[in-house]
Amino acid sequence: MEVEKIAKNLHPLERKVVPYLDKITDFNALVEETGMKDVEVMRALQWLSNKNIIRINVDVKEYIELGKNGRKYKKEGLPERRFLDAIKDKEQAVSILMSNLDFDRNELNICIGMLKSKAAIDIIRGKELIVKITEQGKKLLSKETLEEEFLKKGFPIDLNQLHPEEKFAFDNLSRRKDIVLVNKLKIKHIELTDLGKKLVNVKLTQYSVVDKLSSSMLKDGTWKDKDFRGYDVSINVPKVYGGKRHFVNQAVDYIKRIWLDMGFKEMTGNLVQTGFWDLDSLFVPQDHPARQMQDTFYIKDPAHGKIPNLWKKIKEVHETGADTGSRGWGGKWSEDVAKENLLRTHTTVLSAQTIAKLKESDLPAKFFSVGKVFRNESLDYKHLFEFYQVEGIVIDPNANFKHLKGYLREFFTKMGFLDVRIRPAHFPYTEPSAEVEVLHPTHKEWIELGGSGIFRPEVTKPLIGSEVPVLAWGLGMGRIISEYWKINDIRELYKNDLKQIREMKYWIR
Amino acid sequence: MPSVQLNRKVFEKYVGKKLPDDNLKERISYLGTDLESLDNDTINVEIFPNRPDMLSEQGFARAFSSFIGMKTGLRNHEIKKSSHKVIVEESVKKVRPYTACAIVKGLKFDDEKIKETIQIQEKLHITYGRNRKKVAIGIYPFEKIKTPIRFVALKPAEIKFRPLEFLREINGLQILSQHPAGREYGHLLEGMDMFPIFIDANDKILSMPPIINSHDVGKITEETRDVFIECSGFDYGVLAKCLNMIVTALADMGGEIHSMEIDFYGKKVISPNLKPTEMKIDIIYINKRLGLELKEKDVKELLERMGYGYSKGKALIPAYRSDILHHIDLVEDIAIAYGYENIPEEIPEVATVGEESKFSVFKRKVSEILVGLGLIECKTYHITNKAFQNTMMNCNIDVIELANALNLEYSVLNAWLVPLLFEILRGNKHHEYPQNIFAIGSVFKKNEKEETGIQEQERLACLLCSDQVDYTRMRQVIDYLLRMLDVEYKIDAVDHSSFIDGRVGRVIVKGKKVAYIGEISPKVLENWELDMPVAAFELNLSELFSVMD
Repeated sequence: MEVEKIAKNLHPLERKVVPYLDKITDFNALVEETGMKDVEVMRALQWLSNKNIIRINVDVKEYIELGKNGRKYKKEGLPERRFLDAIKDKEQAVSILMSNLDFDRNELNICIGMLKSKAAIDIIRGKELIVKITEQGKKLLSKETLEEEFLKKGFPIDLNQLHPEEKFAFDNLSRRKDIVLVNKLKIKHIELTDLGKKLVNVKLTQYSVVDKLSSSMLKDGTWKDKDFRGYDVSINVPKVYGGKRHFVNQAVDYIKRIWLDMGFKEMTGNLVQTGFWDLDSLFVPQDHPARQMQDTFYIKDPAHGKIPNLWKKIKEVHETGADTGSRGWGGKWSEDVAKENLLRTHTTVLSAQTIAKLKESDLPAKFFSVGKVFRNESLDYKHLFEFYQVEGIVIDPNANFKHLKGYLREFFTKMGFLDVRIRPAHFPYTEPSAEVEVLHPTHKEWIELGGSGIFRPEVTKPLIGSEVPVLAWGLGMGRIISEYWKINDIRELYKNDLKQIREMKYWIR
Repeated sequence: MPSVQLNRKVFEKYVGKKLPDDNLKERISYLGTDLESLDNDTINVEIFPNRPDMLSEQGFARAFSSFIGMKTGLRNHEIKKSSHKVIVEESVKKVRPYTACAIVKGLKFDDEKIKETIQIQEKLHITYGRNRKKVAIGIYPFEKIKTPIRFVALKPAEIKFRPLEFLREINGLQILSQHPAGREYGHLLEGMDMFPIFIDANDKILSMPPIINSHDVGKITEETRDVFIECSGFDYGVLAKCLNMIVTALADMGGEIHSMEIDFYGKKVISPNLKPTEMKIDIIYINKRLGLELKEKDVKELLERMGYGYSKGKALIPAYRSDILHHIDLVEDIAIAYGYENIPEEIPEVATVGEESKFSVFKRKVSEILVGLGLIECKTYHITNKAFQNTMMNCNIDVIELANALNLEYSVLNAWLVPLLFEILRGNKHHEYPQNIFAIGSVFKKNEKEETGIQEQERLACLLCSDQVDYTRMRQVIDYLLRMLDVEYKIDAVDHSSFIDGRVGRVIVKGKKVAYIGEISPKVLENWELDMPVAAFELNLSELFSVMD
């Protein structure tokens, strides 16, 4: 039977409350009678209400209560009465009255103003201000005012049940400072449902139920003759949070996994580099706009680093093309410019360093890196001065442009972007060069993700020694990582808001 | 990247065809230019820096028209011979030694054309001219000039003329200090005791390159029909290319190019020279790089679609193209003409073995171990500020400063990581405690042995923050971590002003000091406005990894 099942599964707090419910309907009374804490009663009632045993009806009532002055005047009488009382026998100086009655300036002014308007006092102006009671004043003194009657009542008083005279007195008093105030009270009435009415008739003590299985019960076997209280398993519980990898790192790990699975080796290297490795070795001309101060972070001290002997070859390639079959950029190449220390502007610097170390026998080879790069920009919702770049190179005598497209397609498919395209672009170190774009699956617009291409002979010849094709790409990841978690402001990636990190769902791919 | 604004009607006239919006957008994209905006009147495109010849309406339209197959192949821009001369005198040799000049006649300037001409000049100045450093361009109403024109250098005080849009005549030095262009480009003449000028046969000064033209004889108006053009700089090859880009654009605008004879210190050169350069085509090389099987006739057709000519195994490169350094540049243009979108995708079967860096693996394991203890990984920047690294931490550590940071809040490289985690705690005071967090990142210090003079090491910083935190709890974390990494360690007492005296230790592994660990000084907590105790350690992962077996 349903009632019995409910009775058996009652929580200990509910079991305490239920027996009172046929007599008591008021929440406060229930707290008093049961001797339980407010919150305990509240929780028990909430659960009972969830089980449709009771209904909790909340009445909002407006109650009049006494304020600070109200409580004082209830005890001592209203100031105007005390004032009149003090002068009923003989006239008095105001200053003396004030100290005798312990009035403040405000109270005094009110009294004088009010009594004057009722013609209850006369004021005599001499050296001092003297007040004198009138006949009218004496009459007043002899009977109680409506306000005084009102103050004598027991508070709180229901605002909605005032008689007309009481309403009049209340309105007058509420114009004065801190005498009466109105509080909204929520009054909870408990009403048993039909099911509840049945339940209160069940003898709860007949069920010996256990709330928690304990180790002692297991040791002495007493659990055997006990019933376990059933839970409301559908109920919400407080949240817990676990230790967690940062969500960006979860994505980075996945991205690394993709390249590892495709047979790529990881490249790592320094964040501070010389211009030589970051730019010159990649055939970026020394007067290229990208080398201007505003784009790149330079180091103040040490401002310059050392450059390897390779610089002689690089210089020649820049100036004349050397043996690469190129014209070169022309002009003069400066060692000093190449020595400038900077924060790497792209992870392609790692590719340059990697291929410079390769031997013919290492080919074919494939490398990747996922690393931070820097750009001297102000932070805003679309820009960071430090962000991840995903770099890849394939060094293979048979590599061609079709393969470049193939690798990129594979990668982005695994990242969840099925539409990938490349468009012509320009980078000083690749030819052909291509911009990589993916189609946003819902917005249906193309997102630019970075550059790709085949390294120029002016890059590969001096670094590797031969003009072996090197497919290369450097892709920004911030946008697609943000996209996954529906982050609109890219700064949130590194905001380290612990609530956000705790709540953030896992990278599941 | 510079962008060019095109009048759509003029553009369509040059191209010879009207394309619907969608098609136009798509084609512009696949030509290798970025479409910024497009409406019925105006097209805005961004041009990559390798194609300054497309920075004019005419140049862009010419390339586009070939690309969509309207007018393909090498364009013939005829040059009429003239006897007009420019004499380059010895005095400019040390200042601005070269100039390339031409005359273009029969231009019917109107408001639109003047705008176009100014745009060409401005865009080329900024990009190919590297803000006038490499190339400065002057365009003058030829009717007001009498040849021969001389290119000479004079003492700045002796140079007197009325610069563009100025009310009176001033001298060379005053131009630098008073004229807006002088203030902007004056640095290009810094330290020179002679300034270069162009001056005509009537001794009228045309301009003072690379700063400003004369108002009287250096301003194009609607009355102008013929123009004199000069590019000045340091490398004749560069100047000649730039001149070619301008004269071909003006010729497309309806002008007639006339040559000039330039006398360089006795050596005579006819300018401009629009003869295409030749480059031998290697079809095998092209097919190998692109993975295609193009025949000679395909290559010819594709080259012509990019504005080249083709003759007997050679590409004829238009004289306005400045970006063809190597055969590979032709390969790219062939790929563009073929259409990047038409090149198939393929993953080759090349057997290579993937391999993660061992140190990366190690770092990931460290993170996993700490996550297992319920800690939250955070992600920090590598750039911070001096106050966070030092004063806020009640210590004094050398930091490496950036030379040109935009924002003082981010102006030094991390010397240690604990301060970054404090920044995180400070930002999370309104969130639930305990806040037990860690981060891995690089720190930087000077070291002359390194190539850059800066040593980079990766470290792990770990903070526990709650009312229950003390040294023991922190010690338990590092102890668990090091045991799980199978590392034996000991801890020596040490002094460190960021920590509470007597509650800070140095972790030592195989004789190497790898970490500080302790309870953070209340002074530091106060600096960060925290009212919860914090214990911390900072472990040098690079060092630890290097001593592990």
